Amino acid sequence: MKFLIKNILRIIPVLFIISLIVFLLVRVTGDPVSLMLPETATDAERAQLRESLGLNDPLYIQYFTYLGDLITGDFGESFRYNQPALGLVLERLPASFGLAFASMLVATLISIPLGILSAIKRNSFIDLFITGGAVLGKAMPNFWLGIMLILLFSVQLNIFPVSGTGSLMHFVLPAITLGTAIAAEMTRLIRSSMLEILGQEYIRTARSKGLLEAVVVNKHGFRNALIPVVTIMALQTATLIGGTLITETVFSWPGMGQLLIQAVNLRDMAVVQAATFIIALLVIISNLLADLAYRYLDPRIKYD
Amino acid sequence: MRMFSRIEVKKELTLEETKTDKKAYSLKWLKVLLNSKTGTLGLIIVVFMVLMAILANVIAPHDPAQTDVVNRLVPPVWAEGGNPDYILGTDNLGRDILSRIIVGSRVSLLVGISAVFLAGAIGLVLGLISGYYGGFFDRVIMRTVDAFLAIPNILFMLIVLAVIGPSLMTLIFVLGATTWVMYARMVRGETLSIKERDYVRSARAVGAKDIRIISRYILPNIISSFIVIATLNVATTIILESSLSFLGLGIQPPDVSWGLMLSDGREYLATSWWVATFPGVAITITVLGIIFLGDWLRDVLDPKTKTN
Repeated sequence: MKFLIKNILRIIPVLFIISLIVFLLVRVTGDPVSLMLPETATDAERAQLRESLGLNDPLYIQYFTYLGDLITGDFGESFRYNQPALGLVLERLPASFGLAFASMLVATLISIPLGILSAIKRNSFIDLFITGGAVLGKAMPNFWLGIMLILLFSVQLNIFPVSGTGSLMHFVLPAITLGTAIAAEMTRLIRSSMLEILGQEYIRTARSKGLLEAVVVNKHGFRNALIPVVTIMALQTATLIGGTLITETVFSWPGMGQLLIQAVNLRDMAVVQAATFIIALLVIISNLLADLAYRYLDPRIKYD
Repeated sequence: MRMFSRIEVKKELTLEETKTDKKAYSLKWLKVLLNSKTGTLGLIIVVFMVLMAILANVIAPHDPAQTDVVNRLVPPVWAEGGNPDYILGTDNLGRDILSRIIVGSRVSLLVGISAVFLAGAIGLVLGLISGYYGGFFDRVIMRTVDAFLAIPNILFMLIVLAVIGPSLMTLIFVLGATTWVMYARMVRGETLSIKERDYVRSARAVGAKDIRIISRYILPNIISSFIVIATLNVATTIILESSLSFLGLGIQPPDVSWGLMLSDGREYLATSWWVATFPGVAITITVLGIIFLGDWLRDVLDPKTKTN
């Protein structure tokens, strides 16, 4: 409990710094008035907005006003949709969650068996093949993999739809695209975690007792290797969310990522800021959950 | 007297030892190079790419911006309807894809290498301050690192690009300013451990100034890990550049970039597979080469961080 409170308290300065970085980027490097108004706005409109935003105040007062708005969830209105930015972002969240979840599922289904297999068959042809595949997965730009999958399965073979949502079939290509990127990283980590565990003495003991190799690998090996793996999975959240931004654009997936990219292209700063904070909050929370899961799975770990 | 000669013998022995150590080290270095097939392959790919970027204007068979209305979307030479003038085919405006890939390598390498230099410089300075001096600076820098880690890199880049607007310089700046975090963490960690070692303590006891301790004792111990991370980071940066250009937020036409070519090619997937295929192959090969080279450098320079 003390651990939980301590970590929640540690989130606050991080969010504070994020707000400062975003504030500085948006208010200082660019002219917020021209960013918030469409390019067709008149000079009178600009002057009025400047006054109503309090842009004539000193910078630190502007920052505190800004901070107050953030705490109450007020990110301003999107000039494109004429709606509160936060609502727009939250509306798109379920679609992104769906894609992220499906991708994580694909990544887990690929990386756990392959990671274990290449650890057991260390330095064999299979191991070389799997680790080689993982390197290739990292070297390929993820959006290009998506394009190639569309080319093969939608254009040539006509099995899966090119883009959009609606059915389970729509999930397949985006989830494989994003899942592959995460699987490439996870396979490597599971392999090295497994290798470390299999070198432990209790594994030798289990083997010398005459246990079946499958039992040794599963019960004694994998269950212990799982501890770092859970943390790894949670730490992939940042990669996962970063990946959805691009994957959603490739597949026209109506999630938060697509909204954000559109907003950046249109310079719809209210939406950009709202999405940034929601994403940062998600990543921080999932890192906290990873810490908690780690403690739960391995009671030996004690944090001071 | 007897004792004295003994010491002399021992001293000679250690000198001899260090000589053979040095020889063994360079032999080992050579052995690792020859033994590592992937390392050799990586080196070949990287040298090839660098030469291609430098000689782009000489070796490109066509002007990459030259449109040819008659020969739009010509398939590669081995496919049906291919034209021997355009080995990898042409895009929707009739521009030669091979020439565009050759010229596009310039942007990828330029952005990749410059951004890594920028990120490395920021990370090195902040990491050294954080690790060496500790205290308040350390706390501020490490919380900033946490904040950067909480936001996916690409998101930071999007905010800056939304505010400043895309261009080549912005791209290098943005990529550099968001990827410094990993260098800062590594440098801080190494500095923390090195500054407690006996030779640093004795240097300090003798009265060496901070700047001397950092440049003579700490930096040389960090530099090999640093080079390894920087090399591997060029690969990540190239992928990020192509992703941003693909999203329309990176390199702007008429400049040529592999990511930009992919976003053009995406529009013509239904009829012309080659437009979106070859630039991706170019990115993948380049990145693979850099990863191979980086892994090999790690084995040579920094054996303690070697992965299984």
